[in-house]
Amino acid sequence: MTGPADTAGPEARPAGGLSPEALAQARELVALYPEPRSALVPLCHLVQAEHGWLTPQAMVEVADLIGVTPAEVLGTASFYDMLHTEPVGKYVIGVCTNIACLLNGGIELLEHAEERLGTRAGATTADNLFTLEEVECIALCDKAPCLTVNWRFFGPLTHDGFDALVEDLAAGRLEGEVPRHGILNRVRREGGLRVAREEVLAERAASDQALEQRKAAREAVEKREQAQQGQGGKQGGKGSA
Amino acid sequence: MPDDETLTMVLDGRPVPARKGEKIIAAAERAGTYIPRFCYHPRMRPVGMCRMCLVEVKGPRGFSLQPACFMDAADGMEVVTTSDKVKKAQDGILEFLLVNHPLDCPVCDKGGECPLQDQTMTWGPGESRLVEEKVHFAKPIWISSLVALDRERCIQCDRCTRFATEVAGEALINFISRGDHLEVNTFPELPFDSYFSGNTVQICPVGALTATPYRFKARPWDLEQCESTCTSCAVGCRVAVQSSSDRVIRYLGVDSDPVNHGWLCDKGRFDFEANNSEDRVIHPLLRKDQELQEVTWSRALAAAAQGLRRALDRYGPSGVGVIGGARLTNEDAYAWAKLAKSVLRTDSVDAQLGDGLPAEVVLGLPRATIDQACSARALVLLAPDLHEELPILHLRLRQAVLDGGLPVVELAPAASGLSHLARVSLPYRPGEAADLVQQVLSPHRARSAGPSAPTDADAAARQARERARQLLGLDQGGRGEGVVVVLGRPSLAEPADSIAAAAAALAQALPEARFLPALRRANVHGALDMGLAPGLLPGRVTLEEGRDWFTRGWGTLPDSRGQETAGMLAAAAEGRMGALVLLGADPLADFPDRRLARRALDGVEFVVAVDAFLNGSSRRADVVLPAAMYAERPGTTTNLEGRITRLGQKVVAPGTCRPDWMIAAELAAALGADLGLESVEEIWDEIERLAPSHAGITRVLLASRSSRDGLLAPLPRVPVRIQPGVGRPGGGPAVHPGTTDTGVGATQGVPAPIDPMATPGIGSAERHGVPNVAGAPEDWSTEEEREAWEGPDREARAEEARRQEDVASRPSPLTYSGPTVAPDVPRVDGYGLRLVTGRVLYDQGTLVQACPSLAPLAPGPRLRVNRYDLDRLGRAPGDRVRVVTPGASLVLEAVVDPGIPRGSAALAFNLEGEGAADLIDATKPVTDVRLETI
Ligand code: SF4
Ligand code: SF4
Ligand code: FES
Ligand code: FES
Repeated sequence: MTGPADTAGPEARPAGGLSPEALAQARELVALYPEPRSALVPLCHLVQAEHGWLTPQAMVEVADLIGVTPAEVLGTASFYDMLHTEPVGKYVIGVCTNIACLLNGGIELLEHAEERLGTRAGATTADNLFTLEEVECIALCDKAPCLTVNWRFFGPLTHDGFDALVEDLAAGRLEGEVPRHGILNRVRREGGLRVAREEVLAERAASDQALEQRKAAREAVEKREQAQQGQGGKQGGKGSA
Repeated sequence: MPDDETLTMVLDGRPVPARKGEKIIAAAERAGTYIPRFCYHPRMRPVGMCRMCLVEVKGPRGFSLQPACFMDAADGMEVVTTSDKVKKAQDGILEFLLVNHPLDCPVCDKGGECPLQDQTMTWGPGESRLVEEKVHFAKPIWISSLVALDRERCIQCDRCTRFATEVAGEALINFISRGDHLEVNTFPELPFDSYFSGNTVQICPVGALTATPYRFKARPWDLEQCESTCTSCAVGCRVAVQSSSDRVIRYLGVDSDPVNHGWLCDKGRFDFEANNSEDRVIHPLLRKDQELQEVTWSRALAAAAQGLRRALDRYGPSGVGVIGGARLTNEDAYAWAKLAKSVLRTDSVDAQLGDGLPAEVVLGLPRATIDQACSARALVLLAPDLHEELPILHLRLRQAVLDGGLPVVELAPAASGLSHLARVSLPYRPGEAADLVQQVLSPHRARSAGPSAPTDADAAARQARERARQLLGLDQGGRGEGVVVVLGRPSLAEPADSIAAAAAALAQALPEARFLPALRRANVHGALDMGLAPGLLPGRVTLEEGRDWFTRGWGTLPDSRGQETAGMLAAAAEGRMGALVLLGADPLADFPDRRLARRALDGVEFVVAVDAFLNGSSRRADVVLPAAMYAERPGTTTNLEGRITRLGQKVVAPGTCRPDWMIAAELAAALGADLGLESVEEIWDEIERLAPSHAGITRVLLASRSSRDGLLAPLPRVPVRIQPGVGRPGGGPAVHPGTTDTGVGATQGVPAPIDPMATPGIGSAERHGVPNVAGAPEDWSTEEEREAWEGPDREARAEEARRQEDVASRPSPLTYSGPTVAPDVPRVDGYGLRLVTGRVLYDQGTLVQACPSLAPLAPGPRLRVNRYDLDRLGRAPGDRVRVVTPGASLVLEAVVDPGIPRGSAALAFNLEGEGAADLIDATKPVTDVRLETI
């Protein structure tokens, strides 16, 4: 799963290390590789799943786990855009501005997002809820302009659609669909399937259901746009809890 | 070279030889074509980071640009270094490198010796097309207390980070971030605290890394330099000593293939600050009205002579002792040995302070070189933590393990810097080293492990011993061929006898094994060679063996064997000593038992100190004679391999300081004797003539270009013939015939010229002073300099060297075969912990404490114990505990260290305040402590 539910705000856990569960998982990950240090990037993702970012404490622990120095962990982590070496908000929104999205209004979407959230790309909102990022192609070009929220895809998005998404997120309506500090599935899988089959199935069902909902919402938007009625009804992806 | 496969590559149209696996850049350089570079360093793995070395290489699809530092030379490979395409590439790379460079050369320490500057001038574009804002960083940031980093100047060549990771094994700096925001940095709050950090400053090709002791002190065009050898420990790294306005201002490591590969440790690199210290004694001091007061040399010498004479009259020769001498050059040590043994006729002379090994053990076992240790079939480590005491030896061995798979068997009372790389670790309790060696050598005869039933731990230990036997080839009936033992004193709180016994047992069971002594102090090996030890005479001969020869050479000799330092101090404490001479020695700080040292200094009537500083002991002296320090006098030094190298004099000694040999000669004169020694050169000639182990090592030979890396004593027993042209510029490949023998082959031909890019700053400084190979790739010294060193009667000396036929009448150097069983030590009881103590690089030693940059780096005293023991004794990490022995007690913080075996407690030696020396009782073989709550 995505690590223990953490109810305090990000600022309340500045120096988090690995939880016992994550530590166990980390050891399994390390054991997968002939060279322990090969597990570095997966471990970074694991940490991020817990804290949203790579806390110094966690970097020190990761370094110990694989026999490198914390500077080497930082060096690697700071190379990758998807690894955060500074605190992030609850939701990391990455707006794609690569070619397909660019041609479909990606830049405008990003600018709109900056205005809507009142923050620049690369920064976090004052309430620590959103971190906005400009990202390269996220391989959802067919739904351009698009974005990810904690590695979950949304697109194509109009400016209204974006506002709706943000409101849903803020209101907690997408809790089931957008995991806290999303984690890359591959890392989780390779860490050993310690998740019960029922849970996997349940999660898959939830995600299918969310997809359905999103589709319905999109259709609603399309219908509304077709009707050319300028009524600003907020009907983005209706969240489920 | 001969055993490497050679191939021929075509460089700019001409065939040049290359070795298999050699990079294009290196082969081209040997052929005289210099390809510009930044990231390539001959002592590190290539990374192809900077692309400055692009050349055209012909492939199946014609010529293409390739990094010359990354591509192996191949047979028939066509390489072009001068085409327009190459020029354009170099031009473009430099323009790129300068895109974010701040161009602040006028305020940069590197300005004037900067490869980026130089190569931009030589190969770069005239101007930049960049008009955009550059990337900015805060400048500079301190990445450690010694090193500052200006990230704006960094060209991301990966030299510093590669050094830290690859060579030092301390990846505390790394590249952070990416693209044009790439920076070198540390992890937050985890500074670059490495004993080797200065090397990154040395190899940085720009002014990004600077070190406190040199920052803003001088300009390269004001620097003069001479080549020398570091004498801060016994590794003997090659250095270039640089000075400005007659002050030593910087050392750079010079690449000596058999020794330091260009690296220095930070202590060696920065402790020149002591030379410039305000605290130096620069005029003679005499005790008047209870206080040391400045006097003239003649008064001081007269007073010293008077005191010594009175002691001789009252107590006889054995009533005078000479302690110390490891700080001296070989020539100084020889002069002092001659003064002590032939004028004062005392044999109580000891260059070690009870913290080393018996001189017979050091001199009498077959000696290994560092190279032999690195390529050993198996390396036995029975030594203190080399990372702390002989740092560059640590680096060499570390590299040998990682690159060459050197199998290490470590026998140690506590984990060391190399433990994690050892194939087999055999921990032992202080005092039980010889037992452990016996258990390894003859597992069936070994004493039983104890009354208790064997445990898992016992089984694991037995397995480890079996693995060690295998590695040493014992089960296959091996005689130790290719085995090297690094032998030193793992802990000062255990008897040297026990290590000596362990060594003797190893030498007996493995007669072909060689030993690399790991004594720490500067020229301690040279001092022992020169006879600054009881029972010995210069040239590694015993007093008895050498009696006839030296009676002829010196006239008089001591009647019988004298005392070691411990014996001298005990005699002094009991009032049986009339005078002590301290040759740069501080027994109060360095002798393992401080209480004894204190009683000795209280009990002795008269003390003469010959020193550059006042230390705890010399403060109690009656006469202090100020000595010239390193870089202030010429001479030679001997490292732990027995490698003799020359020291350069770069600056004038302050005040009226004199070289130690001169002090000895004048003191002899004041005593009414004549040492017959009037110059360093003359002393060396006498050493070469009289000291059997140094026969044939003439000044001509030492000064020759082929001996730049020094000469190993003794030379192989091959008749020494001096080739005409040796040491002469243009004299052809000067290989001394005597040094090509495998055992002690010192040099293979002329060393390669220094790569100015491997050590920026070494090629640009003006040459000055005697031996200088570093700055002069072509001609190692001017004719006058050579004359000055070799003396005008060079031919006569060569003749002298040829006349080595009377080898037969010389005494033969000693061989060691002592008892192989050590005296029993008491078992440690369940409430006690056995003390382990060794030195750390930065301690309260006089030299370190006289260096403003190094003094604060000395750690505070902490008692390190295993978690098990701490729990067992009901203490928590960080608790302050009272450490109690029958005679002493002190309060320390206790910390957990998994590297300390159960039942032991470690405390570094000579730290601030009361410490290990206050706990140790020299009359007891080992020291057991109890921990009490406060
Ligand atoms: S600091 Fe110097 S040595 Fe290190 S990467 Fe930058 S330029 Fe190279
Ligand atoms: S290892 Fe020893 S000889 Fe080498 S630089 Fe350090 S102190 Fe000097
Ligand atoms: S360009 Fe935006 S997802 Fe591919
Ligand atoms: S890429 Fe060859 S020297 Fe840097």
